[in-house]
Amino acid sequence: MEAYLRRTVLWYGGLSILAASVVRNLALPPAYLQHVVHEIEVMGVRSLGVALVAAVFTGMVFALQSAINMARFGAEAYVGPVSALAILRELGPVLTAILVGGKVASGITAELGSMKVTEQIDALRTLGVNYVKRLIVPRLLAAVVVFPLLTVLSDAVGVLGGMIIMNLERGADMYTYWNVTTYWVVPRDFLMGVGKSFFFGGIVTLIGCYNGLSVEGGTEGLGRATTATVVHVTMGVIVSDFFLTKLFLIFFWGQ
Amino acid sequence: MTAIVEVNDVWKRFDSLEVLQGLSFEAFKGETLVVMGGSGSGKTVLLRHIAGLIQPDQGQIKVFGQNIEALSEEELLPFRRRMGFVFQGAALFDSLTIHENVAYPLREHMRLSEDEIQGRVVEALARVGLREDVLPLLPSELSGGMRKRVGIARALMLEPEMMLYDEPTAGLDPTNAHLVSDLISEVQARVCDTSIVVTHDLELTRAVATRVAVLIDGRFAALGPRDAVLDSDEPAVHAFLTGDATSYRV
Repeated sequence: MEAYLRRTVLWYGGLSILAASVVRNLALPPAYLQHVVHEIEVMGVRSLGVALVAAVFTGMVFALQSAINMARFGAEAYVGPVSALAILRELGPVLTAILVGGKVASGITAELGSMKVTEQIDALRTLGVNYVKRLIVPRLLAAVVVFPLLTVLSDAVGVLGGMIIMNLERGADMYTYWNVTTYWVVPRDFLMGVGKSFFFGGIVTLIGCYNGLSVEGGTEGLGRATTATVVHVTMGVIVSDFFLTKLFLIFFWGQ
Repeated sequence: MTAIVEVNDVWKRFDSLEVLQGLSFEAFKGETLVVMGGSGSGKTVLLRHIAGLIQPDQGQIKVFGQNIEALSEEELLPFRRRMGFVFQGAALFDSLTIHENVAYPLREHMRLSEDEIQGRVVEALARVGLREDVLPLLPSELSGGMRKRVGIARALMLEPEMMLYDEPTAGLDPTNAHLVSDLISEVQARVCDTSIVVTHDLELTRAVATRVAVLIDGRFAALGPRDAVLDSDEPAVHAFLTGDATSYRV
């Protein structure tokens, strides 16, 4: 128990120190901007398929389940806004962060961890290169661009999926569905979700980087760290979602 | 003589293992100090302290006249640019070609045209006895000895004032070990006159050392001119050098 507590405290402490170091090193030399662009491609373009497929099916399932249950008390007309609110505020950002985050962060852990065990990070340091600036900051900057963008696309595809399935399965009129949805959903709902995704991107990437940099014990340790990253990312997103939701409710809705 | 490295009463512990126990010594400009010791004796740990890759639990380390033990990672970067570090496994960037590996320090720290970079890379590889045809290859496509030589070429790119070699001949066949040993002597004669080499290779020590230190149980059991140490009567040093396992640890 004591060892577990010690490990946990060390992990949170290490993550905080890395976060502080990233903030200190945020300004990048021009040559590193190409790394940011490269990371945007690696994270964003290659995760687009996963994010969109998950979003469209989640949107369809949510609309179908809502329609069947809301019909029991005559509220099927409100499936559109209910689905859209759920997707824009929670499902879009959270699912994107968990799915894309798990994929991206475990990849980062594997890459940095492998560099660590083969002394490539130490080689960078001995060449007088600031490894935080070179390896961590570009990934973090890319993530805070990619995650909101992917969330916007997931939101759009999710809402669209719900609308199409309602039309095909429940015979809902698409024009009416859209009008009711846009009547009840306001820009703040959308911004709340996108705002959260910005933080999710940062948290997820930081976890991936930290776990990679703290790999110990060769290839076996690398495997353990990669698995741990998936768990840490999932838990990190779910737990931080609560606190971010509370914060955004106060910020956007005053409650 | 100017001291380039001054280590004063350095202690380092990993969990319950006391690796360095009050180690003190100086390394001077123009010499090759070879630190010998068995596996796990703390040779690499010592070298990593000098490069500022790890910090001591206690004691002071002065490099180029300035204490580095309390400096932050960012503050250490200018010091590291003045030294070249050759890793035991070469530590080449495995996703970059040999050209990109050797050019890496130039691209990071200098503003040179592609032609100038190409020229310097070819020159650096020639210096370590490698031809241009290795340039497009990945590190995994080279032999251990060639990787080691590329590692030396990369470490020399910023014209360091001091070279640090971590087990430069470990894992190499006798021919490649001999080549690397010659290369270290040549680097010392022509490019960078100050080096610290950690090794357990007696032949390499005889070939390159000006002074020799023997690290046993976290302290130097001997430190002095090469021949004086290698012919030492001190029981622990003699036992280590002759491979007498029964009386090596004191």
